[in-house]
Amino acid sequence: MKELVVISGKGGTGKTSLVSAFAAKAENMVLCDADVDAADLFLVMDPAIVSENDFWSGCTAVINPDKCTQCDVCRDLCRFNAIDETYTVDSISCEGCGVCVYFCPEKAVDFPENNCGNWFISDTRFGPMVHARLGVAEENSGKLVSLVRQEAAKLAKSKGLDLILTDGPPGVGCPVIASIGNASAVVIVTEPSMSGKHDMERVGKLAAHFQVPAMVCINKYDLNLDISREIEAYAEKNGLIFLGNIPFDPTFTKAMVQGRTLFEYQPDSPAGPAVNDLWKKITEILQSTN
Amino acid sequence: MIISIASGKGGTGKTTIAVNLAESIGKNVQLLDCDVEEPNSHIFLRPEFKSEEAIYVPVPKVDMEKCNLCGECEEICQFKAIVKIVDMVMTFPELCHSCGGCMAACQEGAITETKREIGIIKTGKHKDIVFIHGELRIGEAMAPPLIRQVRSYIDPGMINIIDAPPGTSCPVIAAMQNTDFVLLVTEPTPFGLNDLNLAVQAVKILGVPCGIVINRSDIGDEKVTAFAEKENVPVLMEIPFDRKIAEIYSRGDLLVDEIPEWKEKFLELYDKIANIKGGQYK
Repeated sequence: MKELVVISGKGGTGKTSLVSAFAAKAENMVLCDADVDAADLFLVMDPAIVSENDFWSGCTAVINPDKCTQCDVCRDLCRFNAIDETYTVDSISCEGCGVCVYFCPEKAVDFPENNCGNWFISDTRFGPMVHARLGVAEENSGKLVSLVRQEAAKLAKSKGLDLILTDGPPGVGCPVIASIGNASAVVIVTEPSMSGKHDMERVGKLAAHFQVPAMVCINKYDLNLDISREIEAYAEKNGLIFLGNIPFDPTFTKAMVQGRTLFEYQPDSPAGPAVNDLWKKITEILQSTN
Repeated sequence: MIISIASGKGGTGKTTIAVNLAESIGKNVQLLDCDVEEPNSHIFLRPEFKSEEAIYVPVPKVDMEKCNLCGECEEICQFKAIVKIVDMVMTFPELCHSCGGCMAACQEGAITETKREIGIIKTGKHKDIVFIHGELRIGEAMAPPLIRQVRSYIDPGMINIIDAPPGTSCPVIAAMQNTDFVLLVTEPTPFGLNDLNLAVQAVKILGVPCGIVINRSDIGDEKVTAFAEKENVPVLMEIPFDRKIAEIYSRGDLLVDEIPEWKEKFLELYDKIANIKGGQYK
């Protein structure tokens, strides 16, 4: 079984639109949305939810005013300034470290587990999909990412499917690290801007750090041909497999507005042949990965 | 005044708004790049950096000579960052949230703190704009402690513009919390709207007033405008899609330098924010 994770470093380069287009081409596949912070893949996939599950993770301190003697032990020890002068815990600032719970001499601090969101197994017109919704302003997105990936792997195994196609989050931090560890390969979708190149280089280094083979493609490459050439040269020099270019094509946005993939919305779109070629190359390269 | 520029969805134009707003204001303003995973503001403002410092978080170090293997450190740690294994206590610094619990719980004084580097902060200037740049070390998972360090440079006497990371979880919250105004940059597409909705909910939890900038305002549909009306969040600026603007952006240049009429529009944007805040900021 192979797992391909689509990432970008910079947000908004077209990860989800490309994953959707790939989904329309792929066979025997489980879809996985690992961008749990701002999950958008469902807007194109229109999943029919088969099972919905709570995601419990971490705890938040709550001070019981009836037991609290205002001794200040908790306020002195809290490194996150989460307890105010009225001995109320700010749940946003609370790190869930439990130091106040452990040291309160009156046992006045409760420590309930957080319901941080939900995760789902669904059916889509392209195959099953595992996705999630992290509660707004919640923590532990990395743990939820790991969970949806594990569930996608279980599902693929039980249904005898040989590919997991994962839509990853932007950035290089906790959720991205959780998305790419032990994946067969990543595809980095970038754009020909100074920012896109800068962010591609950083996420490329992250993939190398975790020893995950990385491929690169440039979306909207014709918006700046000079930078596109620089990105290609950088990729080749730094052990990233350069896949190719996708032209700027407003069909992607039009398709998204209709909740369709590029290929469903307009089979002969300007970007279509390029995306087709990319997918062929990706599947070939995937065969050679572990 | 502290204005954070956030978005939910990535790539909607946060950095464009942040750098062009700072450039237009020009004086008594500083830009704090809190998108520490992928900082980009320096590409546009090209500041001359004067200082660079490594940023560390405290992590535990166990002296096994003093340790009596009581296991209290493992007991208090919520993050599995310190574990007793047979006759050893092992630490996992990358899992540590630096709460200091294990050190406080150890009766034998066997735990002290050492430090782990999470990234760097560089400071400098572009013309009269003070520039603070945070950059997460590659492989480091935890952005919020670095974001809080970048924010420690906030100067209450100045206009502070925070370029926030995308998303709606802890790094964004660390960037938007305790600011005076949040500017949410979106695009009029289903993805833009979905993520804007999440971002507006997050801002409401924080209780910070907010406004919307619609970028590439003519590429999608009308639903973002309808949403803004329904949620009673003002749309403060719209930037139409223009290949010329996209090209200026791609080169890492400033819109307000290349097309000067945009400077007026960014100053109007600041005036609108100041008017919403009222009083001292007008």
